[in-house]
Amino acid sequence: MLTFLLKRSLGILPTLLVVSFISFWVIQLQPTSFIDTYLEDPRFSPETVERLKIQYGLDQPVMVQYFNWLWGIITRFDLGYSFVNNRPVTSLIGEYLWWTIEVAGLSLIFSWLIAIPLGIFTAVRKNGLVDSVASFFGYIGLAIPDFLLGLLLFSLILGFGGTNVGGLFSNEFIDAPWSWAKFWDHLNHLWPAILVFGLNHIASLQRQMRASLLDVLNQDYVRTARSKGLAERIVTYRHAVRNALNPLVSSAGFSLSELVSGTLIGAVVMNLPTLGPFMYSSLLAKDQYVVMSILLLSAFMLMIGNLLADIGLAAVDPRIRYD
Amino acid sequence: MSAVVSSGATPQEKVSFSLWQLALRRFKKNRLGVVGFWILAVMYFIALFAGFFAPYAIETQHYQSPLQPPQPIHIVHEGGLRLPFTYPMNVTRDPVTFEKNYAEDKTNPQTIKLFAKGEEYNLLGFKTNLHLFGIENGFYFPLGTDKLGRCLFSRMVVGSQVSLTVGIIGILISFSIGILMGGISGYYGGWIDMLIQRITEVLMSFPRLPILLALSYVIPANWPSTYVYLGIVAVLAFIGWAGLARVVRGLVLSAKSVDYTQAAKALGASDLRIILRHIVPNLTSYLIVTASLAIPGYILGESALSFLGLGVKEPMTSWGILLAEVREGGFGVLTRTPWLLIPGGMIILSVLAFNFFGDALRDAADTQTRN
Repeated sequence: MLTFLLKRSLGILPTLLVVSFISFWVIQLQPTSFIDTYLEDPRFSPETVERLKIQYGLDQPVMVQYFNWLWGIITRFDLGYSFVNNRPVTSLIGEYLWWTIEVAGLSLIFSWLIAIPLGIFTAVRKNGLVDSVASFFGYIGLAIPDFLLGLLLFSLILGFGGTNVGGLFSNEFIDAPWSWAKFWDHLNHLWPAILVFGLNHIASLQRQMRASLLDVLNQDYVRTARSKGLAERIVTYRHAVRNALNPLVSSAGFSLSELVSGTLIGAVVMNLPTLGPFMYSSLLAKDQYVVMSILLLSAFMLMIGNLLADIGLAAVDPRIRYD
Repeated sequence: MSAVVSSGATPQEKVSFSLWQLALRRFKKNRLGVVGFWILAVMYFIALFAGFFAPYAIETQHYQSPLQPPQPIHIVHEGGLRLPFTYPMNVTRDPVTFEKNYAEDKTNPQTIKLFAKGEEYNLLGFKTNLHLFGIENGFYFPLGTDKLGRCLFSRMVVGSQVSLTVGIIGILISFSIGILMGGISGYYGGWIDMLIQRITEVLMSFPRLPILLALSYVIPANWPSTYVYLGIVAVLAFIGWAGLARVVRGLVLSAKSVDYTQAAKALGASDLRIILRHIVPNLTSYLIVTASLAIPGYILGESALSFLGLGVKEPMTSWGILLAEVREGGFGVLTRTPWLLIPGGMIILSVLAFNFFGDALRDAADTQTRN
């Protein structure tokens, strides 16, 4: 197991290197850079712009810039400099990362709490009323884009006289120190986001759970358990559900990264201070180091998610052994 | 091969069906799948003849009626039955808020004419001014207008051309790359397999939306809108092929070791012949099913990009662009201008239909589990 872990973790590194290069290259392809926009500003003389370029190392050849960036990340965990915010990217991303993980994590927990029992129920009572209703809403849930869901929910909240739309805090609390009032305000802003992201995720999770449990319920050992005379409840929960959960548990890491990057547009609509909207606004502002870093980070999270999935699978399923 | 079997069967014997006929039978039993198919058929038909179904051109601005609500169709006027007609909308300004209020002018019914003459447009290369419906005096906006007074129904119908073709063209591109790469990788193995596998690995380690955003921003803003459209499709397809290449590689690997492929090889068949005649036919059902289930991803991807202003741009229109206008209007949309959300309904409907259709196809193509 340890060798497998080590091997898989080390296996990430070359891919990560290529990913970092592509992240960099995609930004180099952009038609204009942030410093170029200074040229159109009459307050900046061409000499100033030239000096800025030298200061940020943007006058050097592209490959040198790339290796400087990479070297900064490896040696000092320095992801570059945000021109828009006049701050190092690393500390900026740290702030956004916290909210991102909070929203994604809570959405994940929420969707699990709903989807797993629902999946079990619909598998046990296959083709029943609840099953039909759930599969109908599941189809809708898969078809409705999260940004549309966010828009609808916010309109509804406003329609009912609520004001908790947009962001994770009301304006007066953004810079205030933590207090119960701020916490309450935060919760009020949090639940719409969790509901929107959760609902999209529940649809696919419930289908997976249902399919997985149906597979297991058809297996011989379940029949054996039944013929032993065990109560149906015990057969389902002790014998079947445990095994049916394996593929889902193992993919939780993967879904977390999906909840981080897959909800980008919904998060933009809901104006959340998370990584997705931050990347979007930085992309529009041509804040290149921020965009590169978030691309790299989100790819890294996806790879970690896959790695966790493999480890999780090995941990919960004794039949799987990697050598 | 299947055709030979069915034509070789003599009439008095029990009629035998080819694999495709059996699959079609199974498909027809799935009611949701058939419904999905017909919804899609109607949608694509309308998209093909969009100019005919749209009463007005998409860029025509009716300054006198911005953000007008949909005009309902009536059949009863002053207690008497009539052919379907609509009332024109009268505008009044709220004296306090200066908001425009629309009210039906109940004195002036306008019969909705089928095959009415209207603005000239280009239908599959022919110039014509025939529209499916229209009224003679004034304007009829079945789904209301946007803030520039453009007919939402027309924009939605014409926009479906973009939204619905993105998936088809995108799939064609990404499948060509995916099948080619996966096929080469699986069939030849060796260093080229290694290389292609590494490439797909890297592509698949990017989460879809962030890289999509970054790539679509590369497309120059001053390009004409058709180029931008193609660029968006290319970006979507470029992200999509890696996963398919992996699966195709696996399928080719397993098909390669099967006896009949080995036999063909022993008989001296060329690589191309083995691939086209012996391996590809085994993949077709899988590919068709995967394609129909992958198209919704493209529809959603395009609408998401256009929604953020990074996708297709004016004067072209798509369901995503129409929704972006909702976003500009703020969150009060549900109470103030709910009709602007209808294009979102079209996105949901088309994705639903594709999912129903694709699921039914998958069940129909599945020869392992028979009830």
